[in-house]
Amino acid sequence: MSREPERRHGRAGAPPSVGGVGAMSGPPRMTEVLLEVRDLVKHFTVGGGLFGGPPGLVRAVDGVSFTLRRGETLGLVGESGCGKTTTGRCILQLERPTRGQVIFEGRDLTTLDEAELRAVRRRMQVIFQDPYSSLNPRMTVGEIIGEPLAVHGLVRGAGARRDRVRDLLRHVGLLPQHARRYPHQMSGGQRQRVGIARALAMEPVLIICDEPVSALDVSIQAQIINLLEDLQAEFGLTYLFIAHDLAVVRHISDRVAVMYLGKIVEMADRKTLYDDPLHPYTRALLSAVPIPDPELEARRERVVLGGEVPSPLNPPSGCVFHPRCPIAIDRCPREVPELREVKPGHWAACLLA
Amino acid sequence: MGTLLEVIDLQTQFATRSGVVRAVDGVSWDVAEGETVALVGESGCGKSVSALSIMQLVAAPAGRIVGGRILFKGRDLLTLDEEAMRRVRGREIAMIFQEPMTSLNPVLSIGRQLTEGLEIHLGLGAAAARRRAVELLAMVGIPDSARRLTQYPHQFSGGMRQRMMIAMALSCDPALILADEPTTALDVTIQAQILELLRDLSRRLGVAMLIITHNLGVVARYADRVNVMYAGKIIERGTAREIYANPRHPYTLGLLRSVPRLDEPRRARLDPIEGQPPDLTRLPPGCAFVPRCAFRVERCVHEVPPLRPIGGPGHVSACWEAERLARAKEGVA
Repeated sequence: MSREPERRHGRAGAPPSVGGVGAMSGPPRMTEVLLEVRDLVKHFTVGGGLFGGPPGLVRAVDGVSFTLRRGETLGLVGESGCGKTTTGRCILQLERPTRGQVIFEGRDLTTLDEAELRAVRRRMQVIFQDPYSSLNPRMTVGEIIGEPLAVHGLVRGAGARRDRVRDLLRHVGLLPQHARRYPHQMSGGQRQRVGIARALAMEPVLIICDEPVSALDVSIQAQIINLLEDLQAEFGLTYLFIAHDLAVVRHISDRVAVMYLGKIVEMADRKTLYDDPLHPYTRALLSAVPIPDPELEARRERVVLGGEVPSPLNPPSGCVFHPRCPIAIDRCPREVPELREVKPGHWAACLLA
Repeated sequence: MGTLLEVIDLQTQFATRSGVVRAVDGVSWDVAEGETVALVGESGCGKSVSALSIMQLVAAPAGRIVGGRILFKGRDLLTLDEEAMRRVRGREIAMIFQEPMTSLNPVLSIGRQLTEGLEIHLGLGAAAARRRAVELLAMVGIPDSARRLTQYPHQFSGGMRQRMMIAMALSCDPALILADEPTTALDVTIQAQILELLRDLSRRLGVAMLIITHNLGVVARYADRVNVMYAGKIIERGTAREIYANPRHPYTLGLLRSVPRLDEPRRARLDPIEGQPPDLTRLPPGCAFVPRCAFRVERCVHEVPPLRPIGGPGHVSACWEAERLARAKEGVA
């Protein structure tokens, strides 16, 4: 397999990266494809055990394709159970995909064994939602950040590691003396900074941010988002930003993909997606976001979706959104809409788009 | 509209290893009959403890209500014995929690959990209670309600469980519902459903509501009046319109400015509130917001600012510099 980053596109089902508007809105370096996800599928088998009935198949991720260019931020939004977190875990190979390819820096990670993956994983790090449960409570902050430096042999010598930890703490807005603290002695925002410092220690090119601010207080969320943006500018990082908060995703992302029941239903550059959403699910999501202004809210028309997200164990026929869709027609329960490029760079999986 | 609930100088404290935490520190607010009032603030500000204090469900012995009065329909709930208080809980004041799964009993059927209150509080017989339970589930939009009564909480989705909690809260026809982060655990599309449902029902049935939330966006559409809490105190109160259009406390202003908004053009950079949330065991002697405040002056470090009238009717702010804040905002605009 070629080690050159993928530049060619056009394979059916794999949407090429956004041209036009999207390309103009970002810095020019965002042309090189860093990550390409092709027709990713992850099914889980449930039940069928001692107490279960017949085994069922959860289609957590059901044919997801996108590309991520170096230096850009792709927002992945959707409600719980839509498969956004599983997509992230499949990219990291924390879950082995059922099907599909994850091409990172030119190599298909799904073909690598654990030993080969270890070297690759250093270059793709993850930041979790709840820093408290992802930091070892018995280790000091200095040890949490310093240990991977030693394990991966990135910095040799205790003194040099201390200096590097100090340097990383400074980059994430913490003080040198924080190295001696334990996670429980820090606030939620500070703990998330530690999680970010630990990810940065590996000098990654790609960071998968899985709901990195949703557990934090509102006043702290903005601090962490600004920090992530500063670090991206400083180190040229690429982010896959997984979140359910559409306002936060609009703020941080260059492009946005909306997921529903294991599928991407719409994808476009930020401005297009928010100003001119084509998929009825995207429209409903946007209209459900509350706005902190009573006068605007009073005038605002809301699309309140009926029903709930169906179980991925037994997804609806045809378009999986059709039972909740306010504009569904009689073809929708029968035909699975392909994710197609409706306008240049604007992809939607809706028969009516 | 008459006053339904009046909380006067409420003080609730917790004994912890690092000292006494004044979780609710001399707080006064009220709810009129049929009104929806919001209590807004971040984790640890005392908003949930305020609601638990009203129900007298603060975990003893660590937690204790040490002062104040809670007048409900003119009666001070703090003077009631446990027996009398039990008749208030659920019957006259009901509560809805953030995580319905942990507040429903997993081994009792939905029907039993609904009928229990009806039988105990309203003295209904089994058949009448069951009929009422079917009605209640239908009222909160749970289809096929007769069959649903035989199911258990784990067979309900998160949104359905919250509807079930609302049905339970409404079952005894209370005058007041305390809703503590009622939609925080739910997805946005379900949040919208639940909030619309709560509003419609409270209007139709004339129930007053206290909505406790950390999300200023959530209450904009649903609250008549808003109380903003910080470090155990109310630092600003006003009509929803006033609070959002003319915030007169630097913390409220900071909260409003720090969130990205879909109705506004995207900003190049967010304006966070700098610093860390307050450590309640080590509060500064003056205003608790001082370490994070861009408007602080010498006086703020030493003197706790009282709530005082500012701007529109009923608008109060606990900031020595509230007038300067008004001018600063106009200066920007």
